[in-house]
Amino acid sequence: MNYFQGTEDYVLSAALRDSVNVSIALGRPLLIKGEPGTGKTLLAHSIARGVGKQLIIWNIKSTTKARDGLYVYDTVQRLNDSRFGDRDVSDIKQYINLGKLGQAFNSPEQVVLLIDEIDKADIEFPNDLLNELDEMSFYIPETSETIKAIHRPIVIITSNSEKELPDPFLRRCVFHYIEFPDESLMEEIVKVHHPDMEKKLLRECLKKFYWLRQFDMLRKKPSTSELIDWIQALIVGGISPKAVENELPFLGALLKKKEDTDLVTGSDKNHYAYNSSSRTSRNVY
Amino acid sequence: MFINFFFSLKSHGVPVSLHEWLTLHRALAMDLNECSLTKFYHVARAVLVKNEIHFDRFDLAFLDIFKDVETTDEVLEKILEGLKKVKELKLSEEEKRQIEELDLDQVLKNFEQQLREGHFKEHVGGNKAIGTGGRSTQGAWGYNPAGIRIGQGESRHKRAIQIAEKRTFRNYSSNITLDTRQMKVALSHLRSLLPIAPEEKLDLENTIDATCKNAGELEFVWQNREKKASKVILLMDVGGSMTPYSQLVELLFSAASSQISRFKHYYFHNCLYQDLWTDMERSESIPTQEFLKNEDNDYKVILVGDAEMAPSELTWRNGAIDYWYNNDTPGIVWLQRVRDKFKDSIWLNPLPTRSWDYVHTIRLVRDIFPMFELTLEGLDDGVRHLLKSAGKVYV
Repeated sequence: MNYFQGTEDYVLSAALRDSVNVSIALGRPLLIKGEPGTGKTLLAHSIARGVGKQLIIWNIKSTTKARDGLYVYDTVQRLNDSRFGDRDVSDIKQYINLGKLGQAFNSPEQVVLLIDEIDKADIEFPNDLLNELDEMSFYIPETSETIKAIHRPIVIITSNSEKELPDPFLRRCVFHYIEFPDESLMEEIVKVHHPDMEKKLLRECLKKFYWLRQFDMLRKKPSTSELIDWIQALIVGGISPKAVENELPFLGALLKKKEDTDLVTGSDKNHYAYNSSSRTSRNVY
Repeated sequence: MFINFFFSLKSHGVPVSLHEWLTLHRALAMDLNECSLTKFYHVARAVLVKNEIHFDRFDLAFLDIFKDVETTDEVLEKILEGLKKVKELKLSEEEKRQIEELDLDQVLKNFEQQLREGHFKEHVGGNKAIGTGGRSTQGAWGYNPAGIRIGQGESRHKRAIQIAEKRTFRNYSSNITLDTRQMKVALSHLRSLLPIAPEEKLDLENTIDATCKNAGELEFVWQNREKKASKVILLMDVGGSMTPYSQLVELLFSAASSQISRFKHYYFHNCLYQDLWTDMERSESIPTQEFLKNEDNDYKVILVGDAEMAPSELTWRNGAIDYWYNNDTPGIVWLQRVRDKFKDSIWLNPLPTRSWDYVHTIRLVRDIFPMFELTLEGLDDGVRHLLKSAGKVYV
């Protein structure tokens, strides 16, 4: 099962690689969960590159309906057209626009379909897609047409676990939880993005980064992508390892909330202050 | 033995369905695990477990069944002990080609035979037996591409049993009490209570009206369909018997305030009376009566406390634990008022469920509020309970 071996710009663990390959081999959607910023979305890009297929991205929003992914029947356009008669309104087909899922099914070649942040949508959303993902086909009653996948797309689904996904949906997926990378894996990840980085600077950065992540009270813990941005800033700014060790330059790249910044800058270097600081005492309306 | 794994998973509380079990068999039939226990571990986990909170239980079940299985990886390690690293062999292109022609089955067969004959001790070089740096099909640093690579000490990938034994996912397990991340995950489910963004919808009647007025020229009218927002109030017990849990409550607090934007919180000590404190030190307060009057009844109310107190604190007038505090109405009445005012309310208790029946006041409080344990699972269940009646709010 060596469909996907990872790509140069994406470091992946053995477990993740196995999960990806199992999902491709079984033709089941791969459900990826993990902390924000652990590269869930990037994985799909990497898979698409790794297996040399086109990537179709379906970004889910809170208003997205399952049907939007299949097709949209633009009735309003049709009604509008009927007024001027510049298009043949009896031809319904031209008012059927395929959604992302429909495009993936209809594609002449196998594609990689990324359904990004599925948990953003309504709680019933995944259930509405059960049959479509199982059979890889759907029916358009307006034109009595059936769209069937020519090649089963490789489906990657990401979730931030904001909502529980329904069991029947989960049963049909292959699941992988991306753990937050440990220091050695993180070193490799950073090296991919900043190959010429000074070793000493990298070590200092990682030390600080994991130190920061230890604060339990942080509203938003810095993630991998933020670390990479931060290092970019440090490199561009020409900051020396010594400066990183003694102070935290460009802290804004890592911490995005004022409370967090206050918490970290206000705490002692010897980490004595975690947890006991920053109790929220304001009302948010 | 294999079916035992299924039952072991079940008995450890991993929700595995037959559907998934059959999928795993399909994967095995396709030889996706490639005869490696580590790969099998990855494949089985990916197929069978759908939530990271069950990873730890999966590890335990896996250990139960496969702990004593001697894997090829293990045997190989034993062999390696008898091997020493020698200088690598230089081969001509022709020789390399010959070696490449050997296939894996042959190699494995040969390997097993050698193993049985006990060839593997202290063997270095050579063309046939196991050794290092040789052209044989077994051993480390060898030339044969079909050969069995024995962990040259560079492998980052651990054996399955070791991975399972490490139990990295223990912290994700749902029955230990929560940390912030897990609370955030659980509380984030509450976000589904928040308003769904306005949606554009064709207002058919007004469109027809407008079109008529427009002498038949189409005129579209859109309407915003906005759903009603619902909100969360957190009432927390502080001080006294809750002190050991204060850190936990604080975590819940910080998680809640970062996850829910329409969020109010108040404090009480042991039981609610006519005042609700707005700060943890209990120096500033608002009258509970006013609180009940002013807040909308579609707030979801979460009370956090151990509900462990003297029965008098709950049922007596002037029963409050603080001697300087006089209450004309017993606490239990206030609790009932809160329940009656709000459509949905739950009580989270940091004490383990098994102890609830032994505490009189917990039983009393449970009669008023549905009570859930303050663990990831309990919080999940509680939130789900709050959500269930969400339909009521939106009607």
